[in-house]
Amino acid sequence: MASNKQMYDKGKVVAGLVIFVILITFPFWYNLGKAAPAPELKLTEKAKAEKTCVMSKEEMKAGHMQLLDIWRERVVRNADRTYVNESGKEYSMSLSNTCLDCHSNKAEFCDKCHNYVSVAPYCWDCHIDNPKEAKK
Amino acid sequence: MNAKYMFSLVAVIVLFLLAYAGVEAAGLHVLFGVVIPYAAIAVFTVGFVWRIVNWAQSPVPFRIPSTCGQQKSLPWIKPAVIDNPATTGAVVIRMILEILFFRSLFRNLKFHFNEGNRFSYIWEKWLWLGALAFHWAFLAVVVRHLRFFAEPVPFWVQWVEQLDSFFRVEFITDFLQIGLPGIFLSGLVLLAATIYLLLRRIVIPQVKYISLAADFFPLFLIIGIALSGILMRYFLKEDIVGIKEFTMGLVTFHPSIPKNVSGIFYVHLFFVSVLLAYFPFSKLMHLGGIFMSPTRNLANNSRTQRHVNPWNYPVKVHSYEEYEEEFREKMIEAGLPVEKEL
Repeated sequence: MASNKQMYDKGKVVAGLVIFVILITFPFWYNLGKAAPAPELKLTEKAKAEKTCVMSKEEMKAGHMQLLDIWRERVVRNADRTYVNESGKEYSMSLSNTCLDCHSNKAEFCDKCHNYVSVAPYCWDCHIDNPKEAKK
Repeated sequence: MNAKYMFSLVAVIVLFLLAYAGVEAAGLHVLFGVVIPYAAIAVFTVGFVWRIVNWAQSPVPFRIPSTCGQQKSLPWIKPAVIDNPATTGAVVIRMILEILFFRSLFRNLKFHFNEGNRFSYIWEKWLWLGALAFHWAFLAVVVRHLRFFAEPVPFWVQWVEQLDSFFRVEFITDFLQIGLPGIFLSGLVLLAATIYLLLRRIVIPQVKYISLAADFFPLFLIIGIALSGILMRYFLKEDIVGIKEFTMGLVTFHPSIPKNVSGIFYVHLFFVSVLLAYFPFSKLMHLGGIFMSPTRNLANNSRTQRHVNPWNYPVKVHSYEEYEEEFREKMIEAGLPVEKEL
């Protein structure tokens, strides 16, 4: 039977295969013609003047959410409000008063990366007071 | 110890070392980051289509559905509409239930001799439950990963993410901080279900006996994928923005190698590439095969419609009418009864 091969139920099978290929190639056609470079962050003047964050840039980039989690635990459970970083500098453990004091440009700083990688942190459920922007 | 699962385990460990050493020691970032993923997706797509076309060329001249209930019969006999489908509509319902909820697996029974050699059937749902958890979790994981492959991220991907991180597990000790980033349930369910499906093949003697290296290999590979993913998300903290820039480069055909990404990311990517490339040539093709199973996708209508084998060769027949036509005179001479007189 090898010589005269034919597909049975060709219409249904081809339709199924077309759907399969469309689904599989979704990332290719969805982004067609779009360039999506990583967002560039804008630092505020205050952040620029400060030069360093509480940890190094790399550590902050990867671990800021864990640091915030630990800060909250320490403040809320242990009433411990002082954070001493590696270089011995003291900070008040507060998202609103420390982090957002320098990084007051939430839309240009926090949101850019969070939106890019589709992260919806629940920080902003409460801490909407200090980004010195109009509430939406 | 069993040669079959040891072989598969060693194969996955070798793949891990290949990717890890290839990137960390030999610096083959382009090979593992660009060349192999592109090749893998090409092999997957072409291989998948090729397998399906190949299957579609196998004729199924007669109706061979597995009949799991009363066939449609006389009007006062109640038929099993879905389990013994008589129409295309019923077949569609049967297929949807099979594909989404693994109905045939739900029927799984265990056989057992009670005391006094009394034979009994035992309700056995663990395989069904494990399979269901595994497949749905894998689907959720795949959909979630589309956030790296689409800009802007589609709303339905975000819905899946929100649903997936519904339980806020938060836990802090001096050694361990869990809670941020949010726990995605699907990753953990995927890992747990795969480990269950693996243990099942190792622990139950009968299942172990029929398990081949080809059964263990995808399980170990998927465990590797899940472990490397969980490791990156919760513990190693990869540069996620850099990774998205890299994956977006891949899908827009402007690949660039990310900086500051560890070997584990390349291991994860290589494992997925291997899974994709291996897919069309393995049992994993049941993804396409389920749609092509004649025991599921045919209506049981042999009694209402005649199905003629399409390649029946023409049989030379000589009907009685023709026979009598040929020999009528001789038959009358010999005194044999004929249907039509001269």
